[in-house]
Amino acid sequence: MTVLAAAAGGAQIGTGETVAFWLLAPVALAGALGMVFSRNAVHSALFLVNSMLALGVFYVIQQAPFLGAVQIIVYTGAIMILFLFVLMLVGRDSADSVVETLRGQRLAAIVLGVGFAGLVGAGIARATEGLVVTGLEGVQGTDGNVPAIARSLFTDYLLAFEVTSALLITAAVGAMVLAHIEREPGSRQTQRELSRARFLTERPQTLPGPGVYARANSIAAPGRLPDGGIAESSFATGVEPQDVDEMPRPGLSETGPRGRAIEDSDASLGSTSGTGQQRGETPR
Amino acid sequence: MTLTNYLVLAAVLFTIGAIGVLVRRNAIVVFMCIELMLNSVNLTLVTFARATGTIDGQIIAFFVMVVAAAEVVVGLAIIMSIYRTRRSASVDDANLLKY
Repeated sequence: MTVLAAAAGGAQIGTGETVAFWLLAPVALAGALGMVFSRNAVHSALFLVNSMLALGVFYVIQQAPFLGAVQIIVYTGAIMILFLFVLMLVGRDSADSVVETLRGQRLAAIVLGVGFAGLVGAGIARATEGLVVTGLEGVQGTDGNVPAIARSLFTDYLLAFEVTSALLITAAVGAMVLAHIEREPGSRQTQRELSRARFLTERPQTLPGPGVYARANSIAAPGRLPDGGIAESSFATGVEPQDVDEMPRPGLSETGPRGRAIEDSDASLGSTSGTGQQRGETPR
Repeated sequence: MTLTNYLVLAAVLFTIGAIGVLVRRNAIVVFMCIELMLNSVNLTLVTFARATGTIDGQIIAFFVMVVAAAEVVVGLAIIMSIYRTRRSASVDDANLLKY
């Protein structure tokens, strides 16, 4: 609020705004740099959200509270979630290749970028040196930002606004057409054909789930065979391999410090200790 | 501090987005970089709207957001269909029109 009050002062940029700028500009820059240089696409998306939130605050500071709200709702709320959905559909593991297709392209891009930023930044800094802050009080009056935008949008920009609705409906239809999978009529397999095809394979039954005979409640823990071995086909896809703390098997737990309680809980479940223990296998 | 700070920040953000478009290979990340460039232009528009005391800059920024939303929807659908046919979201793999 103090920032808004300072900004509304007219030709003067207040201290609050200065502080907010110097706090948030590094955040926005760090988000942008993190987006470009992080190898994981999901991290990139989250860095970009960071950057966009900082920009939304800048809009609010700069007498555009409506745009700030739209920025946060539409950009960080809708568009970035759409990005994350597509990332999850396409596969998070589709990481960037580090191989350069064109030799020296990366270096050239960075040199070009630094040069561009230097030139444009210096040009803008010189050209807008004595830029006067007129402020929006003249157009907004006492109504505030939203009525002023509405007045302009539904008079001067009415045609553009109407065309926008055509654009949006076209985009929605286009996305549906592109994402739709066309199937030949009659090419869909019946239940009978599907089940016949399944029983002709080597494995008609379902894959074992990670929880079967498992001694941990993590999805990353593989299912266990009755002899205590690991069921290879039960590894969850999409979960990075990791070490999971599992309860020790009852026979082996007698040496452990907490053996008693675990043994009790196992006894109530019905123990499965059998051949694996006799063979001296140590479960993970 | 003057309004120049905002404009220079927007220019730097735009440049970072452009570098990202040139450097990254994942089509979705390239798309995110384009979003960053659009956002930085919006910051410029809002800053100039405040400097000149007219609301038009904000209206144009609003339209940029609408167009960006439409563009993202269609673009992501295209990326999805490319991924479906080529099993890859890399911009290097979509090169059938090359020769």
